[in-house]
Amino acid sequence: MGIFDRLKQGLTKTRKTFQDTVATLVHRRSIDAELYDELEEKLLAADIGFDTTTALLERMKKEARRQSFQTADQLIPVLKEAMDEILTAQDHAMHTAAQGPTVILVVGVNGVGKTTTIGKLAHRYTLEGKRVMIAAGDTFRAAAIEQLAVWAERANVPLVRQAIGSDAAAVIFDAVQSARARQVDVLLCDTAGRLQNKSHLMDELRKIVRIMKREIPDAPHEVLLVVDATTGQNALSQAAMFKEVADVTGVILTKLDGTAKGGVILPISRELNLPIKWIGIGEQIDDLQPFMASSFSEALFSPQES
Amino acid sequence: MFESLSGRLQTAFSKLRGKGRLSETDVNDAMREIRRALLEADVNHVVAKKFVDAVKERAIGQDILQSLTAGQQVVSIVNDELTRLLGETQAKLERSAKPPTVVMMVGLQGAGKTTATAKLGRFLATSEHRRPLLVAADIYRPAAIDQLVALGQQIGVSVWAPGATLAPVEIVRTALDEARRGGYDYVLIDTAGRLHIDDVLMNELEQLQQLSDPEEILLVVDAMTGQDAVTVAQSFHEALGITGVVLTKMDGDTRGGAALSVRHVTGCPIKFVGTGERPDALEPFYPDRMASRILGMGDVLTLIEKAQAHFDEDQAKILEQKMRNNDFTLEDFLSQLQQVKKMGPLDQLMGMIPGLGGALKHLPQGGVDEKPLKRIEAIILSMSPEERVKPELVEKSSSRRVRIAKGSGTQVKDVNQLLRQFGEMRKMMKQFSAMGKGGKRSMAGLKNRLGAPRMPFGGGRGKRSR
Repeated sequence: MGIFDRLKQGLTKTRKTFQDTVATLVHRRSIDAELYDELEEKLLAADIGFDTTTALLERMKKEARRQSFQTADQLIPVLKEAMDEILTAQDHAMHTAAQGPTVILVVGVNGVGKTTTIGKLAHRYTLEGKRVMIAAGDTFRAAAIEQLAVWAERANVPLVRQAIGSDAAAVIFDAVQSARARQVDVLLCDTAGRLQNKSHLMDELRKIVRIMKREIPDAPHEVLLVVDATTGQNALSQAAMFKEVADVTGVILTKLDGTAKGGVILPISRELNLPIKWIGIGEQIDDLQPFMASSFSEALFSPQES
Repeated sequence: MFESLSGRLQTAFSKLRGKGRLSETDVNDAMREIRRALLEADVNHVVAKKFVDAVKERAIGQDILQSLTAGQQVVSIVNDELTRLLGETQAKLERSAKPPTVVMMVGLQGAGKTTATAKLGRFLATSEHRRPLLVAADIYRPAAIDQLVALGQQIGVSVWAPGATLAPVEIVRTALDEARRGGYDYVLIDTAGRLHIDDVLMNELEQLQQLSDPEEILLVVDAMTGQDAVTVAQSFHEALGITGVVLTKMDGDTRGGAALSVRHVTGCPIKFVGTGERPDALEPFYPDRMASRILGMGDVLTLIEKAQAHFDEDQAKILEQKMRNNDFTLEDFLSQLQQVKKMGPLDQLMGMIPGLGGALKHLPQGGVDEKPLKRIEAIILSMSPEERVKPELVEKSSSRRVRIAKGSGTQVKDVNQLLRQFGEMRKMMKQFSAMGKGGKRSMAGLKNRLGAPRMPFGGGRGKRSR
C-alpha cells in the first residue's frame, strides 16, 4: 500500500464518522434552531471544544443571515472556510538552521507517541538524503532508550545515548557536540514524557533548551509538541504550558488512524497560534505526513468516497 | 485554564439572586453552564446531555430554584448525581476461587498498560501480600518486554518474558503453566496497545481471553481522553466484556470527564487510578473524589492521605516533643521541609484544596514558585551540623554567614532572613508550649504575636525585607 493510500485510509475513518453525520445532517433540510443544535453536537463530538464550536456556529449563523441561505447544505462551505482560516493562520513550514545541524526537540506528555514519531521523522529525513542523528533524552522511563534504539536501527541512523537515570540535559549536550563534529544535518532529540503541571519536570525541560541555546544560539530550530488525537480539551493546557516553557513551534498530531477526530487542534491553533506540522496515521515507519490544513478540513467534508 | 463548574454555577446564580422567582430561561441558562463545564471536562456530549436532563428534573422537582442558595444546592445535586453515576462505592479487584486469578490489561497505545501492570503487581505484592506473576505479552512495541522486565526488577515481582519471537497466545499459555507450577496466585497479562478498530489484534485479545479465562479484564484509559472515550470503551466492552477500568495519568491537570463517559457506556466500575510515573503511584478509585474533581471542587481527602503516607508518625512525635522543649533546630526544620516536598509538587497539592483550584489559575503558568523553598534548603545544607543545632554561631559570625551564602549560591541577606525567621518561629513555639502548661499571661503574649500578620518564611518584615 502506497503512502498516499495509507494517508487516505487513515483520514477516511476520521472523515467517515464526522462527514457521515454532517452530510446526512444537512441533507434536504431547512435552517432552524434544531439544526444548529445538532451541528453543535457534531462539532463537540470531534473534540473541537465549547468555545471554538460556539465561534464556528456564530459564523455560520451570521453568514446564513447575510446571504439569506435557504437550505442547510449551504452552511457547509462556510464551516469549512472558517476551519481553514483557523488552521492556515500560521506558518506550517519546518525551520532549518542556516548552517550546522538543525536541532529538533520533541516534547509532550506521557504515551502520546514521541519515540515512535522520532523514528518516523528520522526515516523521512534520511529518505530526503539528510544525515540524521537521534539523541535519547528520555532517561527516565524503563526501556525508553531501548525502544528508541530499535527505531534508530530501523531508520539506520546513529543514536547518542547514556545509561538510564543519567541527566537528560547531559545527553542532549553530548548529542549536540557529536552532531556538530560529525556534520549531521538534522539532530532529533527525544525527551521523557512529562505532564505539563509537574513543575520540576518542566524545569528539566527548560534546562535542556538552555543547554541547546548555549551550544547553538539559534537552537532548537523546532520544538514540536506531540499531541495524541484521542486527547480531549486537556491538550489545550498541554500546548499552553509547553509553549510557555519550551517555546513550542508546532504540533504533531498522532494516532489519527483511530476513530478520534483530533478536533482539539482547532482550539490549539485558534487560541494559542500554534501551527500543526505533522500528522501520524499508523504504526509503520512511513506513517507520518506533513499536515495540510486544506486537506484536513477538506477530508472532513468531502462528500465523495468513503 | 477552565473555570470550575461550581464556580460557574455560583456566578450564574448570583446574577439571579433577588429575582424573586426564576423563569424557565434562568433554569436553562444554569443547565447550559453545567453542560458547558462537563464538556470542558471532556465528558462525552451525549452523556453530558443526559446528565443535565437528570439534574434539571431533580432541581425542578425539589423547587430549590427559588431559594437564596440555589447555586449551592444545584452544585450539591450535581455532585450527588456525579457520584452516583461514577459508582458510589469503591470496587475491589476480584479473586478467583481457584488460583491463580488471571487479570488481563487491555487498551489503546500509550494509555499506560505496562506501567499500570507493574503498579498493580506491586500493589498485590506489598499491600495484599500476594504472589503475582507479570506476563510480557506485548510483542509488537519495541522494547515493551524490556520495560516490563525492568519494572519487575525494580519492584521485586517476577516477570514471565519468553521473548518477542513467541506469539502472545503461546506466551500466555506458558505463563499459566509457570504460575501453577510456581504457586503464583495472580497472573497479570500486559497486552499490546491496539486500536479498537483493528480486527486482527482484537481477535488476538479474544483468543487470549478464551485461553486464560480471566477473572478481570481491566481497560486502561488515559484520563485525558476526549469524546472518543465512549467509542473506545464500547468497542473493547463489546469484544471482551471488560470487568473494570484503570484510569491513568490522573496526576495531570485534566478534569477526567472520560471517567464518567466510560462508566456510562460500560457500566463497569473504575477500580484504580494511576497518579504518577513511579510504581507506587496507584490508588483505589473513590467516586466522590472524582466527582469533586470534575466539578473543580478540590480533593481534601486525597491530600490528607498523602500527608499520612509521607509523614513518618514517629518522626512527627519526636518533632512535637522538640517543639515543646524548644530544642527545635534548623536540622529538624530541614527534615520537615523535605517531608512536605515528598508529598509532590506544591501546585499539585494546592489543587486539592477546595477553593484554591480557582485561585490557582491566577498564578503564573507553570505553577507555584518553589524556589524560596529550594533556597532555604540550600542554605541549611551549607551549614555545618553544629551550626544547624546552634544558629547563634552563624548569627554572631559574619565570616560564617558569608561562607554559607557562598556555599548555597545565595546572598548574605538571604541567610540573615532565614535566621531571623527561624528565630521568630522558635519564639512562637515557645509561646505555644507555654500555653500548653496553662498560663494566661502567655496567652496574651501569643495573641500579640499572632496579631502581627506574619507567617514564618512568608515574607520579610517591614523595611528590612527585600
